[in-house]
Parts: sequence; C-alpha cells; structure tokens
Amino acid sequence: MTVDKPSFHSSASDTDIAKPKEQKSWVPILLIGIAIAYLALVQYIPAINVFVQAFSKGVGPFLSNLTRPAFLHAAWLTLLLAVISLPLNTVFGLCAAWAIARHKFPGRAVVLSIIDLPFSISPVVAGLMIVLLYGRNGWFGPWLQAHDIKIIFAFPGMVLATAFVSMPFVAREVIPVLEEFGKDQEEAARTLGAKDWQIFWRVTLPSIRWGLLYGLILTNARAMGEFGAVSVVSGNIGDQTQSLPLFVEDAYKQYETEAAFSAAVLLALLAVVTLVLKEILERKTRIKDVE
Amino acid sequence: MTTVSPSLEVERKTPFWKKLGRVPWTWRITIGYLTVMLFIPIIAMFLKASTEPPARFWAIATSDVALATYNVTFVTAIFAALLNGVFGTLIAWVLVRYDFPLKRVIDATVDLPFALPTSVAGLTLATVYSDNGWIGSLLAPLGIKVSFTRTGVAVAMIFISLPFIVRTVQPVLQEMEREIEEASWCLGASQWQTFWKVILPPLFPTILTGVALGFSRAVGEYGSTVIISSNTPYQDLIAPVLIFQRLEQYDYSGATVIGIVLLSISLVLLLAINFLQAWARRYDSR
Repeated sequence: MTVDKPSFHSSASDTDIAKPKEQKSWVPILLIGIAIAYLALVQYIPAINVFVQAFSKGVGPFLSNLTRPAFLHAAWLTLLLAVISLPLNTVFGLCAAWAIARHKFPGRAVVLSIIDLPFSISPVVAGLMIVLLYGRNGWFGPWLQAHDIKIIFAFPGMVLATAFVSMPFVAREVIPVLEEFGKDQEEAARTLGAKDWQIFWRVTLPSIRWGLLYGLILTNARAMGEFGAVSVVSGNIGDQTQSLPLFVEDAYKQYETEAAFSAAVLLALLAVVTLVLKEILERKTRIKDVE
Repeated sequence: MTTVSPSLEVERKTPFWKKLGRVPWTWRITIGYLTVMLFIPIIAMFLKASTEPPARFWAIATSDVALATYNVTFVTAIFAALLNGVFGTLIAWVLVRYDFPLKRVIDATVDLPFALPTSVAGLTLATVYSDNGWIGSLLAPLGIKVSFTRTGVAVAMIFISLPFIVRTVQPVLQEMEREIEEASWCLGASQWQTFWKVILPPLFPTILTGVALGFSRAVGEYGSTVIISSNTPYQDLIAPVLIFQRLEQYDYSGATVIGIVLLSISLVLLLAINFLQAWARRYDSR
C-alpha cells in the first residue's frame, strides 16, 4: 500500500493550467475542512485521548502502573511474540516472494490471494482454527496430551496465532520490489560464478532492503498489536498468557481505566513509531525512483 | 527472460516423486509453511463442521441469535464501508489535488488504524464516545448514545476500514490525467459536472474495491468492536464475539458453524475484490 506523494503542486491558484468556468475558490477550503473534520472525529480526537487519559493524574501514577508485575509480564510476552514471529514470517516471506516473483507460472494470482488470506480471515476465526487443531478435542489434541505439550491456553498457541495474522506482510512488500528490479543482475552474478547464497546476500538483498524493512515494520506492528486471534487461543489468563493488547482490554473490563490507558500509551507509541518509519521508508524508495 | 529454471519444466515421463525432488527449496519452504499455518487449519475447520449433520448445521447457522448477529455485523459493516466510500474518496481527493499546511502529516496519519492495536482503538473510542467522553458528552444531551450501542460498533468499524478506501483510491487519482479534466473544462463543463461525468465513472470500480476491502475488514473486526459494544444479543452482539462466547462455553460445534459462515463470506468477498480489481484495471490507461 505504498503511495507516492504528488510531486507537482496543484492548487486553486495555479495560473498555468486551464481553469474551469465558475472556478470557486471556496470549494477546496470546504473540502479540506470536511476531510480534516471527519479524520478528527474518527482518528485524531481518539488518538489524542489516549495520551491525555494516561497522564490525566500526572506522571507518578502512570509510572507506578507501568511497574505492576502483570503489566511487565504482558510487555515481556508481547516482545517475545514479536521476536519469534518476525524471523518465521521473514524467512517465509522471502521464500514466497522469490518463488512468485522469479517464476512465471499459471495461477500466480491465485497464489497471491492465498498468501493474502490471513488478512481477510477474521482474527477470531483464525484463533478458532488453531483451537480446533491443537485444542483438547482437536486433531492433534490427544497426541499433544499424551506428550504433555500445552499449546492452547499457553504461549505456543499465542505464537501460532501471532504468526498467522502477520504472515503476508513481508511477502507482499518484497514481491513488487523483486519484480521491478528484474533478474538481470542476479544472472550476471551467476555467470561470474557466484553461488546462490552469495547472489542472495550481495545482489538480491541490497536491492530489496527497503521493501523488506517495510514488511518487517508492518509485521512487527501487527505481531505486537494483535488482539483477536491471540485472545481466542490464550484464554487471557492474567500474569500468564496476557500480551499487552489483552492487558489493555482486561484492565478496562476490571474498571482499571488508568492502568488500561497506561498500557495503551505504549502501544500507541508503537503505532506512532511505525507510521514515522513507514513515512521515512516511503521517502527513501521515492528518492531512489527519482534517481 | 530467457532462462526458465529447469525445475518447473514439466516432463511427463518422470514420476511425480522424482519431480518433487527437483522443486527448489524456496518453493518447499513456501508450500510447507502455508500448509502448516494455513491449509491444515482451514481444512480442519471444514472437516469439524462436516461432522455435524446438515440439518443441525443449518439449525445452528440460522438460529435466532446467529441471525441477529449477522444482521448487526453485516448491515453495520456495509453502512461503515459506504460512509467511508464517500468520505474516504473525499480525503483521497483532498490529499492528491490540494496543498495545505500539515498535508504530509495528515497523509501519513491516515494509516493510523493499520498501526494502532485494535484493543487500544476500542478503548479510546469507547472512552471518547461514552456519555462523559469528549465527543459523547456533546451527543448525550441530544439523546444520542454511541458507546455500548450498535452506533458504537459502527464507529469502530468506520475507524478500522477508513484507510482501505483512502489508500485504494489515492494512487488511482494520482495517475488520472488532468488533461481530460482540462478538456472537459474547455468544453464548458463546470467543476461539479466534470467530477460527476468525467472523474467519477473511471474511479467508481476503484472506490468499490476500497469499500469491499473495508467491509471485509469491518466484518471480521473483533478487538475494537468487542470493547465498544455492550455485547447484548439481538442488539449489538456481532458474529466474531458470538464465536468467542461459544468457545468460552466449550460449544465447539456452535463456534465452528458460525466460524464457517464468516470464513465463507470472507472467501466470497476475496473473490469479489479480485474481480473488482480486474474491472478497475480495464480503466487503466497503462
């Protein structure tokens, strides 16, 4: 979903283009006003509210909320989930992107749609699938019980759910970059006697690095922020299987609104960092385009 | 584009297992990961549902509670997606066509719902739109309750689906040739006529694609909707929450049947979106 910003400046005061008759100067102002008002109602006011609520009683209570054991455990689990899901989905994403971008075969569109499936499946349904597979009455349930392995209502299930919902990002961001950059350089390297991994490391990777980084950032944001799928498989047991997004909901339900907002601020900061990095990367790729 | 990797040249005489040995390892990892993470879970769910006798499956899928959740889920999601179809297109138009202060910041923040965890979105929306919240307190004297009602569910769905429409329409608007517009002005059309008769028709499939993407996301949304809704059956209980409640009661078959209904609708939507994108491409000048 990368969007190039327009390089031309067009405004109602432009003089070098044709003018419609009855050009109204108030139309742009009205439209911009409506757009910003709508965004304010839907996005800006709720976003500002997170920060205001978290610090409404000052920094002291905010910090004391952040040192609660339940919160610290949730933060730790969230970090672990991201650290495990990222490499899994990166390896898969790179392999899938390579397989799709470097081979012409019938049904590519179908394969692309299949890779996109985790985005269109409701997170609750994703969690349900994992429960039906690994739960006590699931396919692998008896075997898992015989070997005393807990997946559902435990950390491994949360990993599966997180990896599932953040699966497509890397593949999706890398495929267009790989296609654009073509395989001439790779083949040139091959004729010069480079091995497969040398080609990947020295030719392919540098050319896709921004797309890959973009995919990683999106994967990380989704992995740390996933609520629905993780909620279904984890059982949301406080101090045990609670990631930060689950902690936010649980605290809110227990009428500990302050604690909920303290944790929410951290997740909102994650979102802000994600957006800033996204913007930087989009500029980087655009500057490269201009060159 | 001259060399095709030999692994994919189909030779009819070699047996299947020998061909398998020549499949590049990137393909093997891709297929293996997709099988473990995606295919087996989906198959498991369909098989679990198929163990129910069809009559019973139908009874669960069309029970009163289930039908009420479909109504709340789909009707509210359609409403949210269509409203965003109008305002999302307007936002895309403003971002592409006009210059104003802080434009870059506003452009970047459109993606906030992608980046903000859904439970945080639900928490803050529920607070802002509650009776003593920033916006809710202004609406309360008018007798409008938002949080913990179906309207609240709509607000959460609007929040989550807006970027889909903006980000689908924006690049297409960017590439639209201004010459066509200018030609239409030269022929004496007003701005409004130009928009209505020259810009909107080729843009329409794209807007529809964005609306379908937003709708698909809104239907499956759980985190923000479960927090802002009071989850009362027949009023504002949505299908994903019903699945969750059934699971909590260890009613696996009940959860699976509703899950299959949702999954099937997601798959149909995915197909529809693909067709829409193909239709939109017919208008592509490239």
